[in-house]
Amino acid sequence: MSFPTQPGTGSPPMPSRRLFVQGAAAGGVVAGLVASGLPARAFAAAGPAVASAPQVLTAADVQLSIGESLANFTGRTRPAITVNGSLPAPILRWREGDTVSVRVANTLQGHPTSIHWHGILLPANMDGVPGLSFNGIAPGEAYQYRFTLKQSGTYWYHSHSMFQEQAGLYGALIIDPLQPAPYRFDREHVILLSDWTDLDPGALFRRMKKLAEFDNYYKRTLPDFLRDVRKDGWAATTADRGMWGRMRMTPTDISDINAHTYTYLLNGTAPAGNWTGLFRSGEKVLLRFINGGSMTYFDVRIPGLKMTVVAADGQYIHPVSIDEFRIAPAETFDVIVEPSGQDAFTLFCQDMGRTGYAAGTLAVRHGLQAPIPARDPRPLLTMGDMGHDMGTMGHDMPGMGHQMKVMEGGCGAHMGHAAHGGTARAPRHPPSEQGNPLVDMQSMATEPKLDDPGIGLRDNGRHVLTYAAMHSLFDDPDGREPGREVELHLTGHMEKFSWSFDGIPFASAEPLRLNYGERMRIVLVNDTMMQHPIHLHGVWSDLENADGDFQLRKHTIDMPPGTRRSYRVRADALGRWAYHCHLLYHMEAGMMREVRIDE
Amino acid sequence: MSRSPMFAMSILSSALLLAISAPAWAQSHAGHAMTPPPSADAPTVGADTVDHATMDHAKMDRSAMDHGQMNHAKMDHSAMDHGQMDHAKMDHSSVDHGQMDHAKMDHGSVDHSPTDHARTDHGAPDDSTMGYAAMGHGPTKPPARNDPREPIPAVTDADRIAAFPPIDHGAMEHAPDLHSLLLVNRLEHWDGQHGNGQAWEASGWIGGNIHRVWLRSEGERSGGRTDAADVEVLYGRSVSPWWDVLVGVKQDLGRGDSRTWAAFGVQGLAPYKFETSATAYVGEGGQVAATVEVEYELLLTNRLILQPLVEATFTAKDDPRYGNGSGLNKVEAGLRLRYEVNRRFAPYIGISHERLFGDTAEYHQAAGERARDTRWVAGVRVWF
Repeated sequence: MSFPTQPGTGSPPMPSRRLFVQGAAAGGVVAGLVASGLPARAFAAAGPAVASAPQVLTAADVQLSIGESLANFTGRTRPAITVNGSLPAPILRWREGDTVSVRVANTLQGHPTSIHWHGILLPANMDGVPGLSFNGIAPGEAYQYRFTLKQSGTYWYHSHSMFQEQAGLYGALIIDPLQPAPYRFDREHVILLSDWTDLDPGALFRRMKKLAEFDNYYKRTLPDFLRDVRKDGWAATTADRGMWGRMRMTPTDISDINAHTYTYLLNGTAPAGNWTGLFRSGEKVLLRFINGGSMTYFDVRIPGLKMTVVAADGQYIHPVSIDEFRIAPAETFDVIVEPSGQDAFTLFCQDMGRTGYAAGTLAVRHGLQAPIPARDPRPLLTMGDMGHDMGTMGHDMPGMGHQMKVMEGGCGAHMGHAAHGGTARAPRHPPSEQGNPLVDMQSMATEPKLDDPGIGLRDNGRHVLTYAAMHSLFDDPDGREPGREVELHLTGHMEKFSWSFDGIPFASAEPLRLNYGERMRIVLVNDTMMQHPIHLHGVWSDLENADGDFQLRKHTIDMPPGTRRSYRVRADALGRWAYHCHLLYHMEAGMMREVRIDE
Repeated sequence: MSRSPMFAMSILSSALLLAISAPAWAQSHAGHAMTPPPSADAPTVGADTVDHATMDHAKMDRSAMDHGQMNHAKMDHSAMDHGQMDHAKMDHSSVDHGQMDHAKMDHGSVDHSPTDHARTDHGAPDDSTMGYAAMGHGPTKPPARNDPREPIPAVTDADRIAAFPPIDHGAMEHAPDLHSLLLVNRLEHWDGQHGNGQAWEASGWIGGNIHRVWLRSEGERSGGRTDAADVEVLYGRSVSPWWDVLVGVKQDLGRGDSRTWAAFGVQGLAPYKFETSATAYVGEGGQVAATVEVEYELLLTNRLILQPLVEATFTAKDDPRYGNGSGLNKVEAGLRLRYEVNRRFAPYIGISHERLFGDTAEYHQAAGERARDTRWVAGVRVWF
């Protein structure tokens, strides 16, 4: 399947656009405003910010202090929320089996805070979600976290309070295994990707509520229409525009917030700062990729190097050799590269909408840089992407006509965007979606699409990681068939910027109740045109293959538009857990549930 | 493909490799019906001297392998000695494991210890395109377990306390539910055939996703006086993803006109993205009026936007006091071209034509006004 690319629409760049994309060379936390714990980089007035991994804390007894610092990633000095004065927060490096003790102090003025240990199995009162796990950490107070590490791998931690994650409160969490890893490497680097905005994140949320399409400067124009008429003919072009017009959607809505608002960071460094990780030629280098972005999917590649993915979300997988991977917010991938033959390689991490990138360098010494590739052409969503492809469905599917009516003039039966062969299923939508003003779209033909590299990555000449290619290195640790199944639909309204499960935003939703000890299956159906990384706290999400068998242990399941994916949950952690889309603003706009595991 | 002895050998060796040297595969496709693998996470291997660390399966490409019709059911490997096998020269590149049935294989007494897999060359294998699910390594899925492989821990009182700590009401901060928008769609100077002046049209809301309070206002000034203006305050409720119904009041503020109306309307985004609103007004003395407005945005570029607009007003009863005949009173059609310097601020220029109809036209002509006017406009569109 190939994708028409969106041509340049001739919109002149904003004055500061280049600075937004490239960032400031000497970006980072501004010196002199924080008492202690500043990374050396922050003091560098000029030159590449290379010497500057955030501090690594390895003690099992750790003190973290959350406060406000000033940061400058774009040429403008703005407030950031930091841990021990650094952005990203310090790298925590612990050992499997250890019991760790973390005292988190809140020095923010007037705002409670929290830290959530993403993907870590722990008692509910250590999970760090205000209102579910604990009361949060009030200003001037501290919370003592204490838990035993039952796992190893690459994880991360972040605030679970309002928009603090967006303001900088995120860091890497590495747990070394007790048993040696099933792969060998000579050195390693943490690569923590994130998105930075000069705006107050709360103001950015309010902006999304006023005009959700604010950053979409890529809508199709009259000249695009004329070009498509020349290329595809009048009938095909008007049919296409008509379909989108009836849906009141636009196929260039790839991400809600893009580089018009964000500067993308790699280890807290904008592209112009050229974060550099060192290697010696011939070494095996383990790169621990973490997407700490609030709203950004990154497509990552290192031109000139094959990457071997050895772990996903901290858990070992059968090694997969690839050229490129898409990493959803909150996911982690461990990859091994063997750089040689060049002194420098670019870590190129473009956003899914192709509006900007984070970048850094692997080099034999500091001060080197390899060419930064051009961003790929911008993709366009198709009806097939969104599960509106009637061509792949049997026409005897029940309920189809009904969905069409609900869609208020959906796509029509002959759309000719056939993408995948014949496995699509017409979902049965929950009654709460029917006639719901907060549900602007419903999918009509969904599939797991586990082998789909995703929009903008198909047929790009590179070998791209898919979920189908990843298999846990171990068998289903539980082994039971799920005793029951819960189906939830991801729903939303683009224009209202309202997001929900089954059309019910968090504020009015009942908890999803699980029985302690049960093995159950969650089936997610994406009824929106956006992609959502769904994270369940407290327990693993064991992704199933298309046949319903255990395939891959994860903590965050990515849900592209038009997908139906299922995973197994072993309810072995008593308590109240957050379950949400890890796009921060989607979560805050309602795409969240409480999952309650009771005896 | 030739069925040569070498081919058979390569089938055997790949089968064996799959079965023993990558136990993790065997684990994840437990359909081999071999002894259940240990549930340990670490992929340690039984054959002690085999060094898998140096094997790179990541680059394997089994996509072209064809083991299609293999039946290993009666294989007896017990006497095999792999010690002398040289895997280094094997070519697995075109092997397909498609229909292999390992169910009855007995590897019990195979001695692999001297085998040197390290030199095995699997070409450029590629796990990512390998259809694990489709490999069909056995006729059945593993039998479902009743008990979890990893036992569910018994719950202690300490667990219960940790799981459900006391939580204060309101401990979870939520993003605000209350939002607002004020859009000044037109704030312009006009220059017509019969005069000039200023005009505005604005709308705003405050509220949540479903329930909102709307404010709407439009008006026109000339010669330093407000000729016609109104302000509406309405309660709006979303009844579908694209439509709100509104109920409220309209206050006229124009010259000599201070009527108050009850307002009932719908507004929303019609298919093909036409911004549409239709409102009926019931005034004092039983007068009924209606306004319909449709707007569209045509993107010349993503910042240069042409906005056509049509607005029509009707009244039910003839009302000479206010210059309104019954039926269609007035149609206004405009075309404005704006440039979005940024999303919030866009200057524009445009042209607007206004025409009065029927008795309305006559009443106005009688008062010395014209029934038609074409105006050039220039203004700004801003929102907050």
